[in-house]
Amino acid sequence: MSATFIPIVAGHAEGVDAAAPVTPKNVPHHGGPANPSAQALMEKFGSAVHRVDVVWGETTVIVERARVNEIVRWLHDEPSQQYDFCADVTAVEFRDLELPIEVVWHLRSLPYRRFLRLKALIPKGQPLAVPSVWDIHKSVDWMERECYDMFGITFTGHPDLRRILMWEQYKEGFPLRKDFPLRGRFSRSEQLRQALSQNPEAKYSMQELSIADAFEDLPRDMRQRLSAGEKVGE
Amino acid sequence: MATTKRTVEVALSTTGLDSRGRPQRVPLVTDQSGNLVPVTASPALEPELEGDHMLINIGPQHPATHGVLRLVLELDGETVVRCIPHIGYLHCGFEKIGEYRQYNQIIPWTDREDYLNSPGNNVAFALGAERLFGIEITERCKVLRVMAMELSRLISHCVWLGTFCIDIGAFTPFLWIFQQRERVYTMLESWIGARLTTSLTRVGGMAADIPDGWTDDLENFVRTFPKVLAECDAMLTKNAIWVGRTVGLGAMSSAEAVNYGLSGPMLRASGVAYDVRKDFPYLDYETYDFDIAVGQAGDVYDRYLVRLEEMRQSIRILEQALKRLPDGPVNVDDHRVILPPKSKATSDMESMIHHFKQVMEGPRPPVGEAYVAVESPKGEKGYYMVSDGTSKPVRWRIRPPSFVNLAAIPKMVEGHLLSDVIAINASIDIVMGEIDR
Repeated sequence: MSATFIPIVAGHAEGVDAAAPVTPKNVPHHGGPANPSAQALMEKFGSAVHRVDVVWGETTVIVERARVNEIVRWLHDEPSQQYDFCADVTAVEFRDLELPIEVVWHLRSLPYRRFLRLKALIPKGQPLAVPSVWDIHKSVDWMERECYDMFGITFTGHPDLRRILMWEQYKEGFPLRKDFPLRGRFSRSEQLRQALSQNPEAKYSMQELSIADAFEDLPRDMRQRLSAGEKVGE
Repeated sequence: MATTKRTVEVALSTTGLDSRGRPQRVPLVTDQSGNLVPVTASPALEPELEGDHMLINIGPQHPATHGVLRLVLELDGETVVRCIPHIGYLHCGFEKIGEYRQYNQIIPWTDREDYLNSPGNNVAFALGAERLFGIEITERCKVLRVMAMELSRLISHCVWLGTFCIDIGAFTPFLWIFQQRERVYTMLESWIGARLTTSLTRVGGMAADIPDGWTDDLENFVRTFPKVLAECDAMLTKNAIWVGRTVGLGAMSSAEAVNYGLSGPMLRASGVAYDVRKDFPYLDYETYDFDIAVGQAGDVYDRYLVRLEEMRQSIRILEQALKRLPDGPVNVDDHRVILPPKSKATSDMESMIHHFKQVMEGPRPPVGEAYVAVESPKGEKGYYMVSDGTSKPVRWRIRPPSFVNLAAIPKMVEGHLLSDVIAINASIDIVMGEIDR
């Protein structure tokens, strides 16, 4: 059908153990065999790899924040690694507010059947920014936006970093941060009032308004609202 | 009340004969100089449509968007030029709430997240929490959980097939397949008491063992369900309308599908043989004999074929699980995580202490973190939990497969017709409860 169609079979890289993988049993809390990619990362990047941990059988590599993009790209391109599937991007903030915020990437190498957790730490008081890996893995597009929406972490290099789950004019901050109360910052009545006044279906972002390139093409109700001074979502 | 009869008189002129030999009649109008002339559709009256793109909104209140999804589409005629999805209408903050709940108290939230796959989510969450606690579950529990996961895969795919048929315009398979879904829900009801929000598992075991005679129901279901599936297959797979509405739409190549993070049937339809059950197994899936279906073109039709085949494979797994279901305890013998019998709580001092500690404080895992992924009907569903040693997680993250799959929809719909957007969207099999969480 498609010219670019090449079947991919997981676990068929050279040198992969031919035996089918099995369910992990009696996984130790700490220790156990580490993912060989961790050793390769230490050899390749040296001081940019701060620590390697094996917790519950999963290898965690804590890397320097500024070099995340470079490291993920190497893991993606290097023929002996081939981490081609970025499963998850998220962040963790601990209840002890002195601990740094961790940004976590869960990577899978389908050809080698490996799983690797990368972490970058953002110490307290430093700007919440990490490099985006959007140019390597398109899958992180919405996950980085969600992480920005929920934690306020800026992924530098992401082409369209704006709120995704909360509406664009949301004023209360970043909900998954520990200093955000479970019930929100405003009273219930104020939250309800703000939510009802949003009418998000009638709002278009500047990107969408650029589609209707002339003001005359807009629906009449939108034209009236815009000329009355209402701000479009941005 | 008297009705007045009014006849609208329109002056007509005959301009010729149509293909069946009947006179073509055209209304006459008065032109500027007072003469009666037949109406002609002058090209100048038609708006110039070329180059003028239209902005339209699908949803969020639209049945074909499978929930509260809003798509803003830029159309050139009927062709989609750009698609901008908007989500978040169902956002409830599950992850935030989970940070304030004990592990067993989170299980009801997992029901409500991907609500078509509640038993599967319960099992996935329990597996993650058990990794975090370092618990090995019993053999009977493993087989029961495999049954729960495969049944929930069947009901999720049943809903997908039914709604997909409706979206494309076929009504009959929807009725056939929803009757089968109803049978699974009846079985779940007799197992756990709830139908949709099952809360089937607990950390270290199950909320309940199966009742007597339940396996007979399951055997009956496993025997008869393939017939209904074969009927749907016969109705749709070679149906000209079905093929015409699905083939060649929204195709993703294998490399693109991996790069866009697609998972589950979406990824396999693109020709990537990756299934969490095979490649990162859990619950001893490697000991079951089943195949994974892989598509060839990555279009909507292949996704349909892959999901249909997955249902047959689920039936195969269920048959094997029925054969091997061992006797023995369901829950682990560890009263730090599993409640002792209620009757003992009032007669045995130690049991009372366990009850009190578990209900008031909750079981405490050691400091650590775990990411456990399972193959949900939508794709790779992962639960990432971080513990700081207290009875509530520091962070509970859901890796939602529909969320990542939906993120690729602009790539899939661009260049297709507006009516195909509905088919492509239906083929992703999204659940907004999981996307917005």
